[in-house]
Amino acid sequence: MTASSGNDLSGTFKKYQTSLMPLIHTMGMLPVLLILCLMFQLFTGYAETADFSNAWASGRFLSWQNLSIIAQQASINTVLGAGMTFVILTGGIDLSVGSILAASAMVAVSTSLLPGLSFMAVPAALAGGLALGLCNGGLIAFLKLPPFIVTLGSMTAVRGLARLLGNDTTVFNSDLPFAFIGNGSIFNIPWLVVIAFATVVISWALLRRTVLGLHIYAVGGSPDAARLSGIRVPFVLLFVYGVSGLLAGLGGVMSAARLYAANGLQLGQSYELDAIAAVILGGTSFVGGVGSIWGTLIGALIISVLTNGLVLTGVSDIWQFIIKGFVIIGAVALDRYRLRGSART
Amino acid sequence: MSEIEIRSAAPILEMRNISKTFGKLKALRNVQFGIVKGEVHALMGENGAGKSTLMKILAGAIRPDAGSEILIDGHPVAMAGPMAAKELGVAVIYQELSLSPNLTVAENIYLGREIQGKGLATGWLDRMAMIKGSADVLQRLGASFTADATVCDLTLAERQLVEIARAVHSNSKILIMDEPTTTLTERETERLFTIIRTLRAEGLAIVYISHRMEEVYELSDRVTVLRDGTYVGTLETHGINPGAIVQMMVGRDISSFYKKNHDAHQLRGRSILSVKGMSDTGRVKDCSLELHENEVLGIAGLVGAGRTELARLIYGADKSICGSVAVDGVATRIATPLDAIRAGILYLTEDRKELGLFLDMSIGENINVGVAARDAHLGWLLNFAKGRERSGQAIKELNIKASSAKVLVGSLSGGNQQKVLLSRLLELNPRVLILDEPTRGVDIGAKSEIYRLIDDLAKKGIGVIVISSELPELIGICDRVLVMREGRIAGELGGPVNAAINQHNIAAILTAAPECDGPEPRFAQNTQQESRAS
Repeated sequence: MTASSGNDLSGTFKKYQTSLMPLIHTMGMLPVLLILCLMFQLFTGYAETADFSNAWASGRFLSWQNLSIIAQQASINTVLGAGMTFVILTGGIDLSVGSILAASAMVAVSTSLLPGLSFMAVPAALAGGLALGLCNGGLIAFLKLPPFIVTLGSMTAVRGLARLLGNDTTVFNSDLPFAFIGNGSIFNIPWLVVIAFATVVISWALLRRTVLGLHIYAVGGSPDAARLSGIRVPFVLLFVYGVSGLLAGLGGVMSAARLYAANGLQLGQSYELDAIAAVILGGTSFVGGVGSIWGTLIGALIISVLTNGLVLTGVSDIWQFIIKGFVIIGAVALDRYRLRGSART
Repeated sequence: MSEIEIRSAAPILEMRNISKTFGKLKALRNVQFGIVKGEVHALMGENGAGKSTLMKILAGAIRPDAGSEILIDGHPVAMAGPMAAKELGVAVIYQELSLSPNLTVAENIYLGREIQGKGLATGWLDRMAMIKGSADVLQRLGASFTADATVCDLTLAERQLVEIARAVHSNSKILIMDEPTTTLTERETERLFTIIRTLRAEGLAIVYISHRMEEVYELSDRVTVLRDGTYVGTLETHGINPGAIVQMMVGRDISSFYKKNHDAHQLRGRSILSVKGMSDTGRVKDCSLELHENEVLGIAGLVGAGRTELARLIYGADKSICGSVAVDGVATRIATPLDAIRAGILYLTEDRKELGLFLDMSIGENINVGVAARDAHLGWLLNFAKGRERSGQAIKELNIKASSAKVLVGSLSGGNQQKVLLSRLLELNPRVLILDEPTRGVDIGAKSEIYRLIDDLAKKGIGVIVISSELPELIGICDRVLVMREGRIAGELGGPVNAAINQHNIAAILTAAPECDGPEPRFAQNTQQESRAS
């Protein structure tokens, strides 16, 4: 390269930086996750023994059992975060996933109680989530309404729908046909974790290995340019909100399976915020076009590690909120600082 | 100002031994630059020659290496930051204007130096005083808007004037203008030149960065040329040969800058694109055109004449209210860009950063995004091998300067970005290529490569429509030129039956007084042309 002016030069630098960028983006929060794990091992040990020399050895955090619990706790947020990643990659947002999760859980448990139709519980819940997601997508893609407003509205409306489905009561089924999803495991790995990981892998393949995935990134990068290059932008938008709804439905199945029950009012409250936090912690750009699903997985794990670690350390509920908030802001600030000067936020 | 005066005058600014190193790369090596009061000094060089770096150093945006010297009025100064530069009287008018569009002209002019009320009113804005204070400057610059106008209601040219007013108002002594005419129409450019001349007469020193030879020739007193971060030389503009500057800039002789080796007149046979009666809701009125195999058809016109709008209608990017398109003689319904692409019509946007490229995506992805669906396994799995092959070949054939196809497009220079966007279109095997300002913001080397590419495409039988505001470009590469005015095709030049394509003939059609609504009798009427051609 012969060019050597300021523009091109900083360009050349950016280039070396940017060829590493996908790696940095995925790796981005991994060190934070690992450091948090090590810290909590020490803290839990210290909380137990009040003695720093023994803290590491007596820590309760890094046990196989605890890590498995963390993975299970992270699983639903990971699934919601995966759907949210699709949406945020196009520059949108989906605030309705918590409500859709509640509605789908209601559908799942209610269907399982129907004699002769209980095998339809999971498909019905998934179909319900998908349908609600497609409603969001349709309004956004074809009526060109802003995603924030559409999903803010559907967050409220679907919450109402979820309560309506069970006449505003909690529905139980102690003989839930799909209970194994919430409580069983395969080869010693909980089904919840298997499902979450499979969701991430399939999402990655969709985003990085298919034409549609390329189109999702393109729409997020510049919707106008995408349309001019012959991409069917409305179809792409419909798809991402559909995926988000479908995965929220899957989240509903997972919640219901864990609890043997569903409640339209309480289930999934503010889950959308945790999902968004996971995506943002994972380094996905809020304006769209940049980000990866692996980042979201790490983001979801960070949130889960924080919650679990703080509980084990014995931090009060109130302080847990404050600390989690600051960790999210701090981690993203760190990320921005490290990637300062890259093309976009 | 005469040459003798310039030589004898004490320079208001001197930059000596300016070097700037980014990591291992030297962006500038011992560059010198000087300017005297009342001078317009052009700074030229290809993209990547170091103009922007030099000006950023002058504006305090970046610090030069140790050993670099900047003297203002003979005193060494340290440009510690943008504020320091401003206080020393250096003002920059950037390509991307830096006004707050939601504020008024007066508020923008006083931004950061607002007038406050006195006594009890301290802390409260004194808008009246600000409007009065800026009215004077605006009048001096011949502004047609008032100080209480909101900036977002102004045209780009008017906004630029606000920027200049702000610089003048803060008593700047040195004004840096970075490609100020790229977004202006010819008439607006003329007005800008008048203003620059006024400022020069008032004793301002103006650094003028431009790619356009004619402007530099017309406006500047001296020209400094940079190449690859080094100082090539400073010439007095008066009496120099433009070819000499080009040679200094590129370091080689560009004997045939424009290429027109294809011969459309002999080969002119089949019509491949026929547009009839294309209209939208007001910006495009009843436009018809005919494009042949092997032909390069130019569309000239002032900004706002409806050229881009017409192209977007043909491409299906906007909705037309009437009009038909036939490709290879077959009537084709084009409602979306996808329809156009399937019919073999491709459009290169004039705004590659906003409407063309995906700046956060790699060169490879940008080149393949259009063709990915055609190459895909099973119709939906990305074919990476084919993609790599395509991007590798495009990088080689179009001479895109980048270390690999994985480089993000946002980090490339304008010329290389344009080549990436062009390759995206070429991968889709176009029959008809509509290029909207294909060389805007592109350096001179890449420009000549793009001309050669257009010529090659025409040789292969592709029909190319070139929309351009640069008349020499249209004259240099087109077989026929349509001139648009106020949404209509007002005339046609070139081809066997029309007047010759030259600057005079184009300008005559461009500037014809607006007719009352109705067909234009003045020049060969377009509909007749079309029937003859087809």
